[in-house]
Amino acid sequence: MELDIKLIDDNGKRLDGRSAEELRKIKIEAGVLHRADGSCYLEWGGNKVLAAVYGPREAIPRHTQNPLRAIVNARYNMAAFSVEDRKRPGPDRRSREISKVISEALEKIILTEQFPRSAIDVNIEVLDAEAGTRCAGLTAAGVALADAGIPMNDIPVACAAGKIAGQIVIDLGKEEDNFGDADLPVAISPRTDEILLLQMDGHLTVEEFNKALDLAIKGCHVASEIQKKAILDKYQSVKEAE
Amino acid sequence: MSIVPIIKRDYISKLAEQGKRIDGRRFDEYRKIEIETNVVSKAEGSARVKIGNTQVLTGIKMDVGEPYSDSPESGVLTTAAELIPLASPDFEAGPPRENAIELARVVDRGVRESEVIELDKLCLEPGEKVWIVFIDIHILDYDGNLFDAASLASLAALSTTIVPAARLEVGEDYQLLLKEPPISCTSVKFDNFVVIDPSLDEEEIADARLTVATDKNGDIRAMQKGLNGSFTKEEIQKVIRVSLDNGREIKKQLSESTGK
Repeated sequence: MELDIKLIDDNGKRLDGRSAEELRKIKIEAGVLHRADGSCYLEWGGNKVLAAVYGPREAIPRHTQNPLRAIVNARYNMAAFSVEDRKRPGPDRRSREISKVISEALEKIILTEQFPRSAIDVNIEVLDAEAGTRCAGLTAAGVALADAGIPMNDIPVACAAGKIAGQIVIDLGKEEDNFGDADLPVAISPRTDEILLLQMDGHLTVEEFNKALDLAIKGCHVASEIQKKAILDKYQSVKEAE
Repeated sequence: MSIVPIIKRDYISKLAEQGKRIDGRRFDEYRKIEIETNVVSKAEGSARVKIGNTQVLTGIKMDVGEPYSDSPESGVLTTAAELIPLASPDFEAGPPRENAIELARVVDRGVRESEVIELDKLCLEPGEKVWIVFIDIHILDYDGNLFDAASLASLAALSTTIVPAARLEVGEDYQLLLKEPPISCTSVKFDNFVVIDPSLDEEEIADARLTVATDKNGDIRAMQKGLNGSFTKEEIQKVIRVSLDNGREIKKQLSESTGK
């Protein structure tokens, strides 16, 4: 397909009017589901994501149990109606891969050794998708885990950076993801800046990569503040009600 | 039956003898319903329905495809329900099991048999091209009475559906036309008590379940009994009466929230 849209205009503004270092609007609410041990609803631009945490509880089937620590099962799932052409329900290769990298990122940050033989289930449902769902999902999962009272070293958070029209920008939107040159989702532990998840597709020079990584980490810190506020908001109102 | 439901059953029955329910409702009282439409921008129509703590999201997608060979001039309706593990500690990932299939089929029947969507108007070229309507029901939070929540969410989503004709290059977008929909109300029976709109606790100890769909004329359009208990004739008549009353209220709320 011939590219006839300009991803960055002459004033340096992107298609949705953002500057290169500007995130889409993020809205987070903690504790939205009744049955889950912890939950979170997150809107990130046009993405709408729900995350629910169950556990720690006995890991079944038993052969999956680890006698020394808990296992973390993140399950990333897209609703059939979340994308332009209806997606067939159920896991596919893409969602399995995303589930795996998110599970591994969360395992690093959760104090799993406190819960031998148990499982912590993190369910991430993408209800509406518009590029960057894995970052939105992981960010929502971080809040849901905190809401569930799961002991963690930190609240994990994710953000992407990428390259469009020759420029490094933060948090790619839909067209930017489709027609851009590179996408780099990153998840970090915001207290230490340790990198928990890193993927890249496209083409970047080493210099560009370093710039993109710095930018993504910067975005993570912005999202992290919104996460903390969402958790504080919920427990502040609980405290006031008492 | 495990230990907890036995204890719960005792407790709920004792309350019922005094004419009370665990959440303080009357036997014929529905929980608070909230209906929110157009919640998913990628879907052709969508709605989130809350009945108490139960939360269901339905999204409608449409596509152009081939009709079934036995009905070449009518559109195709497909309903799927997912009991995703997000909604309850007891739901597991994987292909839909019995419960999800029953739920999807009951909703499907409600929409199909009542002819809410006129499928014969969804034909583009007889035998070649027709509209396919996908109803996808996502259970988000499970606190009982999925049947009512799922059918209400599906009706609300359908009533806000815009047929994406421009995107699929078969004309201009238009609003999907619906006929007056029947409203489902579910009641359950435990011991000799019959209560409407069961919460999860009541559902877990129920012996029998009855769903009644009624229309605006006060006629019955569908019924489905579930579980291994039984009803007397008097109980069924009472359930119908209570379903009519509540159905009328729910219909009013549905019209208000969808603007129809």
